Amino acid sequence: MSDTQARAGRSDATQAAPLSRAQVRAALGGRRIEAVVIGGSAGGVDALVALLPGIPAGYTLPVFCILHLPGDRESRLAELFDDRLPVPVREAVDKAPIAPGTIYFAGSGYHLSVEQDRTFSLSCEPPVAFARPAIDVLMESAADAYGSGLAAILLTGANHDGAAGMAAIHAGGGFTVVQDPNDAQVPTMPLEALRRIKPNLVLPLAAIHALLPMLETEEP
Amino acid sequence: MSDIDIELRMLVEAVYLKYNYDFRDYTGASQKRRVLVALREMECATVSELQARVMHDADAFRQLLQFLTIPVTEMFRDPEYYAAVRQHVVPILKTYPSLNVWVAGCSTGEEVYSMAILLQEEGLLERTQIYATDINPESLAAARRGVMPLERMRAYTENYQKAGGKRAFSDYYTAAYGGALFERALVDNVTFADHSLATDSVFAETHFISCRNVMIYFNRRLQNRVLGLFHESLCHRGFLGLGSKESIEFSNHAQRFEALARRERVFRKVGA
Repeated sequence: MSDTQARAGRSDATQAAPLSRAQVRAALGGRRIEAVVIGGSAGGVDALVALLPGIPAGYTLPVFCILHLPGDRESRLAELFDDRLPVPVREAVDKAPIAPGTIYFAGSGYHLSVEQDRTFSLSCEPPVAFARPAIDVLMESAADAYGSGLAAILLTGANHDGAAGMAAIHAGGGFTVVQDPNDAQVPTMPLEALRRIKPNLVLPLAAIHALLPMLETEEP
Repeated sequence: MSDIDIELRMLVEAVYLKYNYDFRDYTGASQKRRVLVALREMECATVSELQARVMHDADAFRQLLQFLTIPVTEMFRDPEYYAAVRQHVVPILKTYPSLNVWVAGCSTGEEVYSMAILLQEEGLLERTQIYATDINPESLAAARRGVMPLERMRAYTENYQKAGGKRAFSDYYTAAYGGALFERALVDNVTFADHSLATDSVFAETHFISCRNVMIYFNRRLQNRVLGLFHESLCHRGFLGLGSKESIEFSNHAQRFEALARRERVFRKVGA
């Protein structure tokens, strides 16, 4: 897709105001969402601080969050958010079954994957796009595990990790949302994804915040 | 089941039947990624094409094996692990007149040399027999040679110091031709051997098993098998060290090991 087409595609889907339930239902196109994956890099912590409080108590979907982190330091993100959010927030542990209504963070130094039996696995293969954990690795494996039941959100970032993952989710029939590059602290990552796919939605953070509770398509 | 999942299952089945390497219980996601890399590097259009090549060409299999195994390792990786071994394991190892240590899944030897250096500094190396095992013959050959890339020495030195190293790290190797050749004496008592955690059985009673970032590539069934092997191999109250993010809590054997240093993943056998 050329840059011009990408821009055109973006302006089609970009929304200024939060979406209504009816609009979200239309965008979901009958998908029954079973899990959400959110990736970001530079500016990603701020973006998640703005975004994750959109998840209400009693949320039923598992949410996988992955940010690029320095490999030699332990990530405290799960602890940080566990104190602030009304749902449990954990670091994803090797071989752990995925629990509903839990937010999981990818830890530092290892790739995180979702297995077809809906458990997590870690691996120390070489970095992908200089990153470990890599967004592509998590997204591609989650696409295999959940297919059209996966909703993916790609946020601000300064490299191209995540673009291949979003493309895999798109190809697998999943629901894709890219942060509006004009709204992103660093637009490179969203732009790279928009070069690869035309996502279901391109939204600013505030609208993604409002979207999160509406991804629960099953009545609780 | 998608086409590629069917092909992947047939590939590992063929590899098992033809070459007796058992990858059937490796975790799917990471194995799939590695096979896709192999496809690209070995210029095959599909997994089925790769399977056909591997079936009829042992060299192609040896090439594939380099992708299926994961030779990503470093010396004194996670220095806090080695510090915990010094603090919690070594004092008890010192009470034994002779020792067997098993480095399972030793890959290209970085962990073996790290462990040998630690044991030497603690005065234990001379009375220790180290078994260093792996399924990849090329990795084992590299481990025997004991030549590490020179450009890694700066990072390894930093790890070594953080791990509680007692000397200058450069005392242990000679730099030559872009490589760092480690002292032969470190591996005088090391037996490098082909051993598969998936298909082989226990070969010795051991006091300490270090198996780091190996079982993360195994599914729960294979993890159960391996933890069973380890429990069987370890002496009464023997020690088990794992990678810094590995868990045994979802295994059938969770209750048969107790955490000695939980964060550093050092465990101790309980029960018989």
